[in-house]
Amino acid sequence: MSLRLHYHLNFNFVWKYFDRLSWGLLLSLELAAAGILIGIAIGLSLALLANSGGRAVRAVIAAYVEFIRNVPLLLLVYLVFYGVPSIGGFAYDAPTSFIITLAVYAGAYLVEVFRAGLDAIPKGLIDAGKAIGLTPWQRVVYVKLPTMLRIVLPSLSNAFISLFKDTALASVIAVPELQYGASWIYTNTFRIVEVYAVVTPMYLVTGYGLLFGLRLLERRFAIRRL
Amino acid sequence: MTLPPELNVMVKSLPFLWQGLLVTLQVSATVVVVALVLGVTLGVGLTYGPRWIAWPIRLFSDIIRGLPLLVLIFFVYYALPATGWSINNFWAALSALALFETAHVSEVARGAIQSIHPGQNEAGKAIGLTFVQRMLYVVLPQALRRFLPPWINTVVDTVKGSALVSLVGIVDLMLAIQQVIGRTFQPMPMYVLGAIMYFLINYTLSLASRRLEARFAYIRE
Amino acid sequence: MHTSGNSDAALLVKVRALSKSFGANQVLKGVDLDVRAGEVVSVIGASGSGKTTLLRCINVLETYDDGSIKVDGVEVGYRETNGDRRPRGERELARIRADIGMVFQLFNLFPHLTARENVMLGLRKVRGLRHAEARTVAEQWLVRVGLGDKLDSLPFEMSGGQQQRVGIARAVAMNPKVLLLDEITSALDPELVGEVLMVVHELAREGMTMILVTHEMTFARDVSSRVVFMDGGRVAVEGPPSEVFGAQPHERLRSFLARIELKGV
Repeated sequence: MSLRLHYHLNFNFVWKYFDRLSWGLLLSLELAAAGILIGIAIGLSLALLANSGGRAVRAVIAAYVEFIRNVPLLLLVYLVFYGVPSIGGFAYDAPTSFIITLAVYAGAYLVEVFRAGLDAIPKGLIDAGKAIGLTPWQRVVYVKLPTMLRIVLPSLSNAFISLFKDTALASVIAVPELQYGASWIYTNTFRIVEVYAVVTPMYLVTGYGLLFGLRLLERRFAIRRL
Repeated sequence: MTLPPELNVMVKSLPFLWQGLLVTLQVSATVVVVALVLGVTLGVGLTYGPRWIAWPIRLFSDIIRGLPLLVLIFFVYYALPATGWSINNFWAALSALALFETAHVSEVARGAIQSIHPGQNEAGKAIGLTFVQRMLYVVLPQALRRFLPPWINTVVDTVKGSALVSLVGIVDLMLAIQQVIGRTFQPMPMYVLGAIMYFLINYTLSLASRRLEARFAYIRE
Repeated sequence: MHTSGNSDAALLVKVRALSKSFGANQVLKGVDLDVRAGEVVSVIGASGSGKTTLLRCINVLETYDDGSIKVDGVEVGYRETNGDRRPRGERELARIRADIGMVFQLFNLFPHLTARENVMLGLRKVRGLRHAEARTVAEQWLVRVGLGDKLDSLPFEMSGGQQQRVGIARAVAMNPKVLLLDEITSALDPELVGEVLMVVHELAREGMTMILVTHEMTFARDVSSRVVFMDGGRVAVEGPPSEVFGAQPHERLRSFLARIELKGV
């Protein structure tokens, strides 16, 4: 390995095409947001189902969770985008296909998060719900969900930030998110160092900005001394 | 006996996929070992190091963990040669993955070490153990139990993350699958087969992790 | 057993003008203390009086800011070369601490090691004994503290009293010049206190030099050759137990003892 620093930085192209990066960043955030929202819906319903359902239901849910968690996201992206339509499944445009993949992926992680959250609800609260005569369904809506959501809030924040980073994989099916914007610029201008000198901080500032903001939000909703 | 075309493709591609699988395992194993050694060292530095050691590690870890692995791989693969470092795609992808996992392992190690009661270190000091001795005989053996489960998760992440090296042209399992599809135009059977292969590796690791956890369960505080 | 401080015996621990602050809070404000070989010195006082900090400074679990602590003539926390004072490095501290035993309030046994392995660790890695020798020494001490049947037990399998006796064996097996005991019975259920104190009595009878921080006044009176009452980061009263616990002119000590009395200790 020899080090010859004869590279001259030139940011002109990066600024010229900066639109692709800023719109790309926005799209990344939208993909992550859509992914986490659908993922929460999947995760929450499956967690409630697993808690109340029989053994067969739990086994199916466990199979889904284990399978998704042990397969590379990249492969799932390909599978949903190229594989499913090839056997006559629905063909979606790339962003939709990616959102579906991301949601299914997030759902598998969030089932576990929500199940742990349900387990962490202090038993006394549920007893108190029974004691004032709430029906099982009322206990879910008024006692379990509000308590559990506050417990899992930090995990949801982390999942969202993690999904935001995962959106970089959408570039492999040509979804014009941030990483795709970066690769478009450098394949057309060859200013790769400059591109990443700008894109890297964009990922970091957005990711840690989100983390900081969500932590503030968590503190706002936290149950003290639970 | 004639197989349906989907199964036929799967069976015929197996020897080729096997080669890819070996590359996936080789990349993953190398990264796991490097990340384990470096990550635990950095984790110790993060926990016990003076500021001038802990802060740079903190910065390194937060930056690396704040980036998509894909970005890191492309950056090392394209940007280093552009500045004059000549590095082939295999080592570029491998170092990027190793950096990424090292950062994650360092956090796992820090968490495990910090979970050990400070009194343990004091008791070690009181009988005259040096820092290295306290780490080797007192802190790390206890931290191991808390370290293993999340560490196995990072191993699973490494195997999964190694699929990204296919994007810089290394013929691992992922790229082998893509190449077979390029010749046979049978994406679904191949993706399913690939998913099963990845699943088997990683699920075995998860099972191992559970067994290890059970093995260490005898230590209670 | 008031083997009152023999002024001919070697001065083992010599603390002079010791001061220590945690941030803005000055915990020790110039403490002087002499401990001679064979003495048992009890340090008593209200919480926050600085007694535990004093003990922890002696084997440099806490660094001290000013003043001096010499154990067997060696400044423990600092290396002094012609007027220049530098904190000791990790290796020097380890060597110094090897000769100063300590027993902790919360035992701090190594939970992954059996009773025997807990005692053997220092013998093997610090004293450099061979496995068989270390094993013999460890077993001798464990038998002496009455745990001959617990050699292979892990800490969580033992009662608090048994754990603390392992803690004592681990410290004395190193053959320390002085043994520091930091409220070693305050985490124990009352019915387990006796078995631990008995071991300490035994050690005192054999001439082990000890400094103990304790809330057990009866015990302090029985075992000590000297009692030190600390108040507000200073040594307020010092003397043989008969004096300190006798008719007491010192206002703060009187009220401290009265409070202890009320709590029924």
